[in-house]
Amino acid sequence: MKVVVCVKQIPDPADPGALDPESKTLVRDAKLILDESDSYGVEMALQLVDAAGEGEVHLVSMAPNNETAGLRTALAMGAASATLISDEALKGSDALGTAKVLAAAIARQEPDLVLAATESSDGYTGTVPEQVAALMDLPSVTFAKSVAVDGGAAKVQRQTEAGYDEVECPLPALVSVTAGVVEPRYPSFKGIMAAKSKPVDELDLGGLGIDAGSVGWAGAGQEIVSIADAPAREAGEVIEDEGDAYERIVSFLDDLKVL
Amino acid sequence: MSDFRSPIEDITFTLRHVADLDALAKLEGYEHADPDLIDGLVAEAGRFFDEVVAPTNRDGDTVGTKLNEDGSITTAPGFAAAYGKLVESGWNGIGFPEAYGGGGFPQLLSTAVEEMTTTANMALALGPLLSRGAIEAIMHHGDESQKEIYLQKLVSGEWTGTMNLTEPHAGSDVGALTSKAEPADDGTWRIFGQKIFITWGEHDVADNIVHLVLARTPGSPPGTKGISLFIVPKFLVNDDGTLGERNDLTCVSIEHKLGIHGSPTCVMQYGDNGGAVGYLLGEEHQGMRCMFTMMNNARLGVGVEGVGIAERAYQQALGYAHERTQGRAIGAAPGTESPIIDHPDVQRMLLDMKSTIAAMRGLTYRNAEALDHAHHGADDNARTKGDERAALLTPLSKSWCTDMGVELASIGVQIHGGMGFVEETGAAQHFRDARIAPIYEGTNGIQAIDLAGRKLGMRQGGVVRDHLAEIGATIASLEGVEELESVREQLLLALDALRAATEYLLEVSGSNPSDMLAGAMAYLNMMAITTGGQILADAALSARSLGAEEAEDRAVMARFFAANRLAGVPGLLPAVIAGAGDLSAARGRLLST
Ligand SMILES: Cc1cc2nc3c(=O)[nH]c(=O)nc-3n(C[C@H](O)[C@H](O)[C@H](O)COP(=O)(O)OP(=O)(O)OC[C@H]3O[C@@H](n4cnc5c(N)ncnc54)[C@H](O)[C@@H]3O)c2cc1C
Ligand SMILES: Cc1cc2nc3c(=O)[nH]c(=O)nc-3n(C[C@H](O)[C@H](O)[C@H](O)COP(=O)(O)OP(=O)(O)OC[C@H]3O[C@@H](n4cnc5c(N)ncnc54)[C@H](O)[C@@H]3O)c2cc1C
Repeated sequence: MKVVVCVKQIPDPADPGALDPESKTLVRDAKLILDESDSYGVEMALQLVDAAGEGEVHLVSMAPNNETAGLRTALAMGAASATLISDEALKGSDALGTAKVLAAAIARQEPDLVLAATESSDGYTGTVPEQVAALMDLPSVTFAKSVAVDGGAAKVQRQTEAGYDEVECPLPALVSVTAGVVEPRYPSFKGIMAAKSKPVDELDLGGLGIDAGSVGWAGAGQEIVSIADAPAREAGEVIEDEGDAYERIVSFLDDLKVL
Repeated sequence: MSDFRSPIEDITFTLRHVADLDALAKLEGYEHADPDLIDGLVAEAGRFFDEVVAPTNRDGDTVGTKLNEDGSITTAPGFAAAYGKLVESGWNGIGFPEAYGGGGFPQLLSTAVEEMTTTANMALALGPLLSRGAIEAIMHHGDESQKEIYLQKLVSGEWTGTMNLTEPHAGSDVGALTSKAEPADDGTWRIFGQKIFITWGEHDVADNIVHLVLARTPGSPPGTKGISLFIVPKFLVNDDGTLGERNDLTCVSIEHKLGIHGSPTCVMQYGDNGGAVGYLLGEEHQGMRCMFTMMNNARLGVGVEGVGIAERAYQQALGYAHERTQGRAIGAAPGTESPIIDHPDVQRMLLDMKSTIAAMRGLTYRNAEALDHAHHGADDNARTKGDERAALLTPLSKSWCTDMGVELASIGVQIHGGMGFVEETGAAQHFRDARIAPIYEGTNGIQAIDLAGRKLGMRQGGVVRDHLAEIGATIASLEGVEELESVREQLLLALDALRAATEYLLEVSGSNPSDMLAGAMAYLNMMAITTGGQILADAALSARSLGAEEAEDRAVMARFFAANRLAGVPGLLPAVIAGAGDLSAARGRLLST
């Protein structure tokens, strides 16, 4: 069984992010890391291959500057190999542009199953996986909390507001995985050492056979009109308990309409 | 997650530019330690300790360890799970030979990982620290079958190890111990006696505990010459490696302590039901020699605790100083309250912590690097030099870094003001945790005696003089470097004083040992602080090629340390050369009860 996992490499969320006023996009000069959202897909894929008793996990990532740091983390967790697509012409790609690139790279792997996260931690449009599925003409199942492979089918528990749906679909398929549903393993130092020599196929657009005009700024169907700083966080309200704190908290939440 | 983050940049900088990891990677056996891989390892280790281990630190303190009626122990919430993940990740074994399942990396790198373990949770880190002692002892003195039975499991961390030296009447004077070992018919031994203060002597985080116990065999000579070392596992190990019968040993009580509440400190009772089965490790009466093989490593490990706990206290204080507003700093808008970090005196405290920690980290890493050269050096000469250097630096690392750990954690409390004194913020925990490190693994007083009484005499003072010459070489490289001129001046004054102290001690150590012992601690501090100043100067010099910000930051730290700590070194000289006269006079009346 071959499972392909889409992994996005993003700026470290612990470092304060910055927007480039010129392009109005996130500055991505510093080292990128594995998006935590994708670590769940990687873990799930590894578990599926374990359960199947055969097969391997392949990673696909599109990232600037031939970045592999985040891929190395996922390889250290146990993935076997990776494809990285990096090209100057990809600057400014929107979600659809990204999906075209990922779809082309994934197709080359002829996977049985493709996993992605429901949404990334930095862009979080939450649209790329479905676009990839559409472009590849694969069934798409979203919000998975668990995935099992049984013969030629995927059995997915799909999270809903009330509980979950049981969904079955034929393979190959694309499933997007909700954050937090499995516990991603930490790479062991031996895994980190092994990752060093695992193959990463680095491709540019030419290598993928994609026309540069259909992606990047050139192909983007969306335009970022303006950007503004997020408003500073305001001081919270401290409720001191004089015996009635619970009532005041309840009415506070009530006012917010979260109850 | 806790808000703590492993200081990856500082650690990587120190590995490369204070110690020389890249040079170690050229030595036989260390070829796989290439820079890229090391960066990846340090970063992933940091993430692991930040996310998995650090969040358990608070519960370790507030909930602590519980002794159950059956003699079992329940460790603090989260400890067993975090320890289990530590075993899976393999970080425990990174510095041990690949033949035993380790990573075969330089001790320099494993010291960095140890620092991160301690910073994340000092109480939990003690388990692996003691295991490392047991591993060293078995690796160097065990026979093939002992190595086969115990090493893989200890290196992976599936089993833990302990060191059983202390008894109620045998603390600093190990030679006074009275635990007994009697030969059994099958070549094994039966162990009887009580050991106290045994760290991680009983717990619930691993399947077996391999106790290394010092005891006396029948008819052995008194004192340290009559002590032998035994392997006494909690569960006997069957021939196929599975766990067998429970051995005749129990934890009868645990201590209630000032700090490290998460670390079980056990009173261990051996042999109440016919004798605990023990296996002689090394030769009879060679127990102290076996202990000494691992002493350097264990003492360095405790020195690293000083670094780790100070780092944790620093991060906590830094965060608080940015949040807490109080008073108006010079230049702030009227009517506003400034964050306390804008007050120069708070900046002073924080920079004192930051720069002293950098010096401590540099000292312990150079100490580890010396151990690597001692074991893997290219030729005999390199190995001897490494050995001598490690011997000299070890008491400095152990004593100065642990004393500084306490002092800096105390400054961390101070930065919090009243909130530091109440338990809520956690600043107090670091201060309490730090306090044990100057005591165990040879009190700092014993370290000072080791330095002045044994290390100073190596090669008739030659080893110390070589070290002083290296400090001289740093001073020479500072010549003409304008931004480090004040560092050069202070280092020169400190080195002169240290030379005078050295010559004085060399002179009196033969003729008047009391004078030597009286000045030993002041001497140790002189040498450690001067070495710390040298380290920060070296760091500032190498940072000059690493970009303007790094260069400036390192220069600031070197200058601050020079003015605030190094400048005090000449002031310690009178204490070194005062001799024991006043002390013995005071012993008569002033110090009588
Ligand atoms: C204005 C703009 C400029 C951009 N500039 C660049 C650029 O210079 N260089 C560049 O490489 N990208 C660039 N991008 C692409 C962008 O970073 C995202 O990949 C894309 O917009 C998807 O958005 P998202 O993160 O919201 O995806 P979501 O739909 O939220 O992502 C869901 C999941 O899809 C998968 N996925 C998404 N993106 C990737 C990816 N890149 N690789 C692997 N898996 C992925 C992951 O599993 C992810 O969790 C740019 C996007 C925009 C809008
Ligand atoms: C939390 C904790 C964990 C420990 N873990 C372990 C463990 O795992 N295994 C183990 O075997 N032991 C352990 N110990 C014991 C520890 O190593 C001893 O407490 C330490 O060696 C000091 O011995 P002592 O307590 O008997 O103090 P003492 O030896 O009584 O010392 C008291 C004071 O006298 C000074 N002093 C003693 N002798 C001299 C001398 N000759 N010259 C000058 N000054 C001297 C000391 O420096 C000290 O200041 C632990 C102790 C604690 C508190």
